Amino acid sequence: MASETNKVLTKPIFDNNPIALQILGICSALAVTSSMANALVMTLAVVVVTAFSNLFISIIRNQIPSSVRIIVQMAIIASLVIVVDQVLKAFSYQLSKELSVFVGLIITNCIVMGRAEAFAMKEKPGVSFMDGIGNGLGYGFILMSVAFVRELLGFGTIFGIEILPLIQNGGWYQANGLLVLPFSSFFLIGFLIWAIRQWKPEQVEKD
Amino acid sequence: MSSNKETPIKTIGFVLIVCLVCAALVSISAVQLKPLQVANKLLDQQTKILETAGLLDVAGDDIVATFNKYVDAKMIDLDSGEFIEGDPLLFDERRNSRDATKSEKPENDIAGINRRSNDAVVYLVRNDEGEVNTIVLPIVGSGLWDLMYGYVGLESDLNTVRSVVYSDHKETPGLGAEVMNPKWKALWPGKKIYDDKGEPKVHLVKGGAKANDIHGVDALSGATLTSNGVTRTLQFWFGEEGYKPFIAKYRSSLGKGGVN
Repeated sequence: MASETNKVLTKPIFDNNPIALQILGICSALAVTSSMANALVMTLAVVVVTAFSNLFISIIRNQIPSSVRIIVQMAIIASLVIVVDQVLKAFSYQLSKELSVFVGLIITNCIVMGRAEAFAMKEKPGVSFMDGIGNGLGYGFILMSVAFVRELLGFGTIFGIEILPLIQNGGWYQANGLLVLPFSSFFLIGFLIWAIRQWKPEQVEKD
Repeated sequence: MSSNKETPIKTIGFVLIVCLVCAALVSISAVQLKPLQVANKLLDQQTKILETAGLLDVAGDDIVATFNKYVDAKMIDLDSGEFIEGDPLLFDERRNSRDATKSEKPENDIAGINRRSNDAVVYLVRNDEGEVNTIVLPIVGSGLWDLMYGYVGLESDLNTVRSVVYSDHKETPGLGAEVMNPKWKALWPGKKIYDDKGEPKVHLVKGGAKANDIHGVDALSGATLTSNGVTRTLQFWFGEEGYKPFIAKYRSSLGKGGVN
């Protein structure tokens, strides 16, 4: 049992990554990866929402009438997202000012819905909860990797701490403007997917 | 998968229960966290005002006490420039500028704000001797993507800039968002808003302002539209439809022996 829980938790990070393999949740991965701090908060928000939506949906999975199950999942996910947004506003106002829009959009993040429908509707609450955390972490792994490259090369900083001194601040590094813009994440996610599939060739789709 | 859970009554009942539980959860969290959120918002605003007044170092961790000690928030009527009664804490520029009874369309809307609130809050910042040495004026105007909100701190001559601090904007990171860059903010102190004729002359200069240009500040590189927005915002707010009537009234009252 313990090893199975472990597997549920770690598998989504490399073996079955929601972004890299399932290609879900790309939109928010573009939007919030311009800085590590934003990516970290977004990761935590998604971990919390996915874990608890999986938990609650799994608890009531045998009662949910299948004709309205998507609506019920949606209601639960939306409520959780609003709660997360409120908590963020109350405890981290600066970050919520930047992230509020994207946190609201977690509702439409396919990862949350996908795990609810594909996993929590079939499995027990405990293991569903772990699956939610695992998938949130898998999402976060990609987010943090992309944000690392974008913040380092785009702003010369990591978590706001100067690593590469910029020319305009008297240093030597010319910031890469492309990486500041959201669409640069497309390239970075592409490279990441390529790297992961080189390492784990079984993920490559058969023609 | 039992077959009896699919009757319409049961389905509706189930959905109702889920909705009630979710609604309760959302309402409880919203109501419980409201005081914290309001406090956060106020704290954020007060921090920005203290930064504009150059008092952030003095304040340290105690923003609220410092704000209460040095800063005096007053309501003004923008058209007449007079102080008016009213609770500055209840004033909400964003709400007022959407309310047709509390705002009007500027005749010359160079700042691109569409409607301007009739009233405004100004912040009189005192030094330890109780003299007003900085006046902080809120400004708002279009940048490239959306409205940019900020504060201008003026010295007691109401012409010399102490600081320009943006608090809220949606400009491009690395380009327009450089309005938040301390290096750019450091260019502002000492610049003059008005020329000899009393016209607002302050503006950003593409390619860099000359060293002896008392009205010009370097534009943000790679962000022409944001820079234009900053220039127009300042020229609007220090013009006839902005704080100019207030500044004139305030100055003349200073001549008569000070205001309080």
